[in-house]
Amino acid sequence: MAQTKKKTILALTGAVLLTSALTACGSNNNGNNTAANANANKSPEASQNAAAESPAASNDTASERYEKTVTLKLMIDNQTSTEGIKAVADEIEKRYNIKTEFDLRPGGDEGDNLVKTRLATGEMSDLSFYNSGSLFKALKPEKYFVDLTNEPFMQNVMDSFLPTVSVDGKAYAAPSGASQAGAWLYNKKVYAELGLSVPKTWDELKANSEKIKAAGKTAVIGSYKDSWTSQLIVLADYANVQADAPAFADDFTNNKAKFADTPAALRSFQKLSEMKDFMNKDYLATTYDQALKMLVDGTGVQYPMLTFALSNIFATYPDKISDIGVFAQPADSADKTALTVWMPAAISIYKDGKNIEAAKKWINFFASPEGMAIQATKAKPEGPYVIKGATLPDDAYEGVKEMMPYFDNGNNAPALEFLSPLKGPNLPQLTVEVGAGMKSAEDNAKAYDKDVEKQAKQLGIQGW
Amino acid sequence: MQKASITKTYKRLYTYKFLLPAGIIYFVLFLLPTIMSFFFSMTRWDLVDWEYIGFDNYKTFFSESSLNIGFRNTIIYAVVTCGLKVVFGLLLGVALTSGLRIKGYLRSVVFFPTLLSTIAVGIAFSSMMHPTQGLINKALAVAGIAGPDWLGNQNIALLSVALVDVWKGVGMATVIFIAGIMSIPEEYYEALQIDGGNAWDRFRHITNPLVAPAMNSVIILAFIGGLRSFDLVWAMTKGGPGFSTDLIASIIYKQYQGGFYGLSTAGNVILFIGVSLLAFPLLKLLSKREVDL
Repeated sequence: MAQTKKKTILALTGAVLLTSALTACGSNNNGNNTAANANANKSPEASQNAAAESPAASNDTASERYEKTVTLKLMIDNQTSTEGIKAVADEIEKRYNIKTEFDLRPGGDEGDNLVKTRLATGEMSDLSFYNSGSLFKALKPEKYFVDLTNEPFMQNVMDSFLPTVSVDGKAYAAPSGASQAGAWLYNKKVYAELGLSVPKTWDELKANSEKIKAAGKTAVIGSYKDSWTSQLIVLADYANVQADAPAFADDFTNNKAKFADTPAALRSFQKLSEMKDFMNKDYLATTYDQALKMLVDGTGVQYPMLTFALSNIFATYPDKISDIGVFAQPADSADKTALTVWMPAAISIYKDGKNIEAAKKWINFFASPEGMAIQATKAKPEGPYVIKGATLPDDAYEGVKEMMPYFDNGNNAPALEFLSPLKGPNLPQLTVEVGAGMKSAEDNAKAYDKDVEKQAKQLGIQGW
Repeated sequence: MQKASITKTYKRLYTYKFLLPAGIIYFVLFLLPTIMSFFFSMTRWDLVDWEYIGFDNYKTFFSESSLNIGFRNTIIYAVVTCGLKVVFGLLLGVALTSGLRIKGYLRSVVFFPTLLSTIAVGIAFSSMMHPTQGLINKALAVAGIAGPDWLGNQNIALLSVALVDVWKGVGMATVIFIAGIMSIPEEYYEALQIDGGNAWDRFRHITNPLVAPAMNSVIILAFIGGLRSFDLVWAMTKGGPGFSTDLIASIIYKQYQGGFYGLSTAGNVILFIGVSLLAFPLLKLLSKREVDL
């Protein structure tokens, strides 16, 4: 008996030592593992690509269609719904005999790490699907992606999109779909029940929120457990900022304007700080998914969010999608209220890929009005397309239809992250602090300016 | 004479030959990256190109509040988790080496959390700590207590995470204490019994001093573990709300995510030096105490 006991203890101690040794390995060797994996992947992929290339080269001029199947790898994050892209990819396979393999990566910050590491180690897929704007420029596209400026298909792309994927006047990516907006989603049913109308000024928004709160519902949904969602009020305010301070984006990039000392920009942080009393009690523990449920249920009535949420709502609660409307975040005066637009993700071609010609063909079809129409059969747009000649389908979401006047009248502007390469990485944490009343709007506008300064210095941007 | 010395030299080199393979692996995979990281911490680095910028990264790290809040949090976290693990580990260790009938079962129960994935534990606890729908606050509500927002309140969020760390890590400490207690010769206890000592005397005069080597291991392991902690915080709060649960390791990771590889490497060097500066004197102090006994 005593012996067994001793043995048990020995075994346990052994297990403990082993566990701690393994833990140590795990934390030290991550980098090495990635490198090892990268090397292991290299040879089969390279040979596969080489095999695929020869027919590509011989047939390129003879006909549109490859005789032997060419396989392209498309690296895409696993948060984006790939239904629409798959539909286009299937059509491309039918027409050109180009097969698309989806190379899934995580989204958000982890995805950024992966993409940057893959680029740095020379392991990028033929096609890369990635955010346009500041994040895309942070990848140094001029170093890694094919210059598409003079490709014929770029003629189809709207001018508003081009600057978000261009460095020194050269475009390195095509749009992947429709644009979207950073705005306020609201439950139209509850709005009608309470006799509210869409607010045109910030004060009207607050008055509406008071009424919703009085009716015992959550006026403004906060989902700070997913801290990125806390940024929306600040980010979606940019079209209003620009109406007041048209040169802000350039001055901000060139270290001439700061959030803390530009009243219009500081106002974005102040607006965020005014919302605490209207939010659900457990906003710090609520996630994005729970927030959508609250909005659809009508227990929460307004939610500052990107309009891609419409697609998430449609996927989970298809019968409720028509209850959800969209309005632009109001400015202090009605004539300045404008919609802040997010550009679609960028699709770019890896410079050292083996199938650049096929990849160009792929984008040529994908980024055409026809490609967009095929995409719309499987994935409804979350805003207008940025391809000339591509129109919204008739069965577009109610919310998207409500956005159209802002485009027809021209009172919209891209979000700041599409106009400037700078976006401080700590913004989610800083906006959580402001939204939760832990810090004042002024303090964190200053803190954000410092965060941006750190980024500019680390990225080696001129003038900082 | 000559021959003897050659044999001696040969014999001396002979041992080194066996060390060589492990030595090379250690050098290439550990020493070399460590030395390189000292260099890259003084550069602006995008994994391909680098530019030497001196100590700017270190200056940034120490001057920016979103970065240096990690020093305070990490020390608090390490001290709290280490202290609680020692206290609870020792109590459980004593209890589980006593005459309890179900101690075999209880030992497994106490050790069980150690076997779980930290990420799974973190996710499970963060849903249990949900202020309105979480199990913990619902249970407290039954008892008529309004539970706090465990992870949302910036003043207690760090302690909440530390408590989960203790829950998960105390099994390991307990096992080390059990091993230490079991190695105390029975004769001492018998002598004490003859002298008429009670249970408290047993603990105070025999168990506690003689378990010191085990306690030292627990303190060192728990303290260093606390200083380097990352996964649990990341799974539960990602450093939030705001920066209130950011530890040095999570801050380093965020700099890496931001693409600030030089800055993030500087953070790693600071962590390396910090852990060394705290851990080696601690080890020395504790082993001195051990010798004195």
